[in-house]
Amino acid sequence: MARLDQMETHDASALRDMPCPEFPSQPWVEGSPLSQRRIAIISTAGLHRSDDRPFSIPSAAAPGMAADYRIIPSQCTANDLAMSHVSTNFDRTGFQQDWNVVFPLDRLRELAEKGEIGSLADFHYSFMGAATPTDLEPSARRLAPLLKQDHVDGVLLVPV
Amino acid sequence: MGALAHYLEDEGLPTVQISLIREHTEKIKPPRALWVPFELGRPLGVPSDAAFQTEVLRSTLALLEAPSGPVLTDFPQDAPSASDAPVVLACPVNFPAPVKDVTDTERLQQTFQNEITELHSWYDLAVAQRGRTTAIVSGLSPHAIGTFIGEFLNGNIPDSPRDDLPALAVLKLAVEDLKAYYCEAISAQPGQQHATSTALTDWFWCHTTAGQILFRLQERGKHKDDSAWQLFSKLLLVPRAYQAASPY
Repeated sequence: MARLDQMETHDASALRDMPCPEFPSQPWVEGSPLSQRRIAIISTAGLHRSDDRPFSIPSAAAPGMAADYRIIPSQCTANDLAMSHVSTNFDRTGFQQDWNVVFPLDRLRELAEKGEIGSLADFHYSFMGAATPTDLEPSARRLAPLLKQDHVDGVLLVPV
Repeated sequence: MGALAHYLEDEGLPTVQISLIREHTEKIKPPRALWVPFELGRPLGVPSDAAFQTEVLRSTLALLEAPSGPVLTDFPQDAPSASDAPVVLACPVNFPAPVKDVTDTERLQQTFQNEITELHSWYDLAVAQRGRTTAIVSGLSPHAIGTFIGEFLNGNIPDSPRDDLPALAVLKLAVEDLKAYYCEAISAQPGQQHATSTALTDWFWCHTTAGQILFRLQERGKHKDDSAWQLFSKLLLVPRAYQAASPY
């Protein structure tokens, strides 16, 4: 249960004390009706194709958490998707049973088939959420033009 | 997650996010967010329940049509309860109880390898039932993981079994694969298909030799004169909620 007042004390304290960035501006982009949108998933669950590079752990040479991303093609299947998030403090047994509880690609595909969304992007992406949020900015800004080239006009951000 | 929303929206891309920690989202103020009262690790609520997942997804995506923002709304339902499911017993696997004398490294490691062997048929069954496994990231077999961890317990730093990663990075992946191997295997046993995440995690850390082994590995790592090892031992090995269960 992700309610801090119902969590184990150490987990709740760690999450409550976690620094959060504040942003001076409030960007807001309008778009077409949902039934015409092209949607890409961006996860922070440390997901990647099983033959891709795992997310790194801190080392003496690179002491920070990994702030890069991995590409997940739309044709990726549950068999092909692996998780190498560094945190030990979230449940992984749900993902073991059903990838959609973390990465809802099958559900999104069903909504596209029903016409509730326009289409799925050709490519989806994953970061590793233990990184300091502001460290993600360079990768996120490099990712933006790639999403636009894929004609994405709706980004679904899914934490873990 | 909210920071990514700010950066991408600032680049001209409409975003919407699921929020698991409402307090964080209130501070970061991403353009559009749906807070869900679900367990960390389960942003869509519950595995193998397509209808519920779709409900969460529809509620999230609907915020893309909000007229103005920032928008932070709450999903009105908790994840379906697993209270009707069979309860996982303290130690439902039929192998010898974990070694109590944790100073006996050799016996601990032998029991560990036996435990891995005992679970192998259940793991194979789980893979066949689910059509997949998540215990694949390190590239090592379960017994090779046991041997690799054993090297560290014996005070050695073994050569990395992979060309692309140092030994400590492979160890982290191997530990996650080991946990996945155990939890996937036991989930195939009779009556355990609907075991809760808490029951599975309690079982692994408190009732298996693998858990004892990892507590011991943590203890060894804490005393190493190496910052990466200390970080690994303190933060990346044992969940916060189980630190107090260590016998060391």
